[in-house]
Amino acid sequence: MNKVIIDLQNIRKIYKLGMVEVEVLKGIDLQIKEGEHISIMGPSGSGKTTLLNIIGCLDKPTSGKYLLKNEKVSEFDDDKLSEIRSKYIGFIFQQFNLIPQLNVIENISLPLYYQGADEKEMREKAIHLAELVGLADRIYHRPSELSGGQQQRVAIARALANDPLIILADEPTGNLDTKTGREIMNLLCKLNEQGKTLLVITHDINIANYSKKIIKLLDGRIVNEN
Amino acid sequence: MKIKIYHIIKILKFGWKNIYLHKLRSSLTILGIVFGVASVIAMLSIGEGASYEAREKIKQLGSNNIIIRSFNPPSPVKTSQTTSFIGIYGLKFEDFQQIKTIPSIEEIVPTWECREDIWSEKGKTTGRIVATYPSFLNVMNLEIEEGRFFTEIELKNSKNVAVIGYSIKKSLFPLGKVVGKRIKIRNYYFKVIGVVKEKAVSLTGTTFESEDINFDVYIPFTTGRIYFGRYEISNKRGPFWRWERNFVEYHRFIVKVSDTSKILTVASYIEKILSRNHRNKDYEILIPLQLLQQAEHTKRIFNIVLGSIAAISLIVGGIGIMNIMLATVTERTREIGIRRAVGAKRRDIINQFVAESVILSSIGGFIGILLGIVIPHIVSKFSGMTTIITFWSIFLSFTISVAVGITFGIYPAKKAANLDPIEALRYE
Repeated sequence: MNKVIIDLQNIRKIYKLGMVEVEVLKGIDLQIKEGEHISIMGPSGSGKTTLLNIIGCLDKPTSGKYLLKNEKVSEFDDDKLSEIRSKYIGFIFQQFNLIPQLNVIENISLPLYYQGADEKEMREKAIHLAELVGLADRIYHRPSELSGGQQQRVAIARALANDPLIILADEPTGNLDTKTGREIMNLLCKLNEQGKTLLVITHDINIANYSKKIIKLLDGRIVNEN
Repeated sequence: MKIKIYHIIKILKFGWKNIYLHKLRSSLTILGIVFGVASVIAMLSIGEGASYEAREKIKQLGSNNIIIRSFNPPSPVKTSQTTSFIGIYGLKFEDFQQIKTIPSIEEIVPTWECREDIWSEKGKTTGRIVATYPSFLNVMNLEIEEGRFFTEIELKNSKNVAVIGYSIKKSLFPLGKVVGKRIKIRNYYFKVIGVVKEKAVSLTGTTFESEDINFDVYIPFTTGRIYFGRYEISNKRGPFWRWERNFVEYHRFIVKVSDTSKILTVASYIEKILSRNHRNKDYEILIPLQLLQQAEHTKRIFNIVLGSIAAISLIVGGIGIMNIMLATVTERTREIGIRRAVGAKRRDIINQFVAESVILSSIGGFIGILLGIVIPHIVSKFSGMTTIITFWSIFLSFTISVAVGITFGIYPAKKAANLDPIEALRYE
């Protein structure tokens, strides 16, 4: 049995919007094991992205306990969280979120840069990853010179650069046409088969069906897990 | 975590990329720094040049010297425009005798001077005839370019020999040999035995009347007495032609003091003697050392004033950089979010933005240095002013410009670092 790498216990998140307090997550319990492929589904406003941000250590829960690799992440400060992101997390976004003034290699190696890797190592790894996602001939292009699908491939390569414990994808196919979306999902599934843990947020059931486990979120609560 | 050189290089490379991406904006931003740095260097070099000129002139007088000069005080008797006049003023033999007895005086050299036309076979020029003693050469720190100065024996025998200044040589004997040639002053012939090296002289006046000693002709004191006597004759223009004759025993005493620290004491003794001997104040005492100190003081004030004006322009330039960096932070909010998401710490973001503003200000500083070197050259070409670019003014202004970059870059950088990553990622 694969071991649990992410363990959320009674996670709550409350946002203050002026005078009003909005409880976005109302006590989430979730365990993710190494090598799993999980989809999170739910209507907008159900708290999917907030959950993803908390798992990705971009945000801190208001209350509850979050253990990542047995480290009590929910009590870390900003610098520590940055370190955790740098070491264990790979993000993929709906809007690709590449840095426009950097070329493909530089975008891919960005996480390595913040880990303090040296130039040569960064370059070699970035080229290797570019090959892996099928962009070996595009390494000196800027994001603006690439199609949406290619940009998302660069983003995937970037998410892989730090050998993350888990890849968190927030609507990875949301900005792509169906065919390209399918290609991206195939790539992600291939990575999952190679052992990467994958968490995908989507509201497209076709995308969710790629995974073995779908979690449905409604109003800040997990309503269905299978 | 230790900071590695290639990390710094990488940060700078990233910074450069962003700056290069907005060429026009960046170049407009750095203009403030460019002009700030250029004005610091240019102003300091002009100030330095001016004080250098003053110092050189003072040094010519000799820093261990006291110079006592006769001057003709305006007296009510001479107000009549029509009559000619015979007067008497200036330093006397008894002054000479008494001053000589003051302790710590190493040497006292008297001179008698007049302006005359000087003729050679080929032409004519006007210069100042200085009748003096051989020790004048050493006391005034003159250097001989060719030939020699006159000797004690020539003085004793009242020889018709002359040592001419550099400019006299230039205008009378532009080419060829000078030593051994003859010059004519009034109706007397003198043999040229030497030429004095050129001394720097500027035409701009400072605290004292400037004298172009390159137009001097030095002759033995006794020779001067024989041919020119003691009367100084000048023709005055006015409604009627008239002349003025003044009996002057000596024009100058150059007193060399053995020890710099005793200059002021000696000067006060001299003042006492002279004020006792003269009813009118027909003399003045110049202490080059004191002038030198004054010049240094003036220079300091000058530098402070110029420096602060230039510093203000640098600060204005810095504010320009800060303004652009703040705009950049807003514009690149999403990029900051991305960087934070892939593991950048707040520190990394701060480093990146400070690096960018430092790059901007150093490029500005560098261009400013080039401009600051060019401007003084142009100024001295067109105005004839001496300008001196010192290394430390370049160093100082460049350092300040980098410091401005850091100072004014920190606030925008902190602002960037404190953005909430989630908000930043969502920013459109």
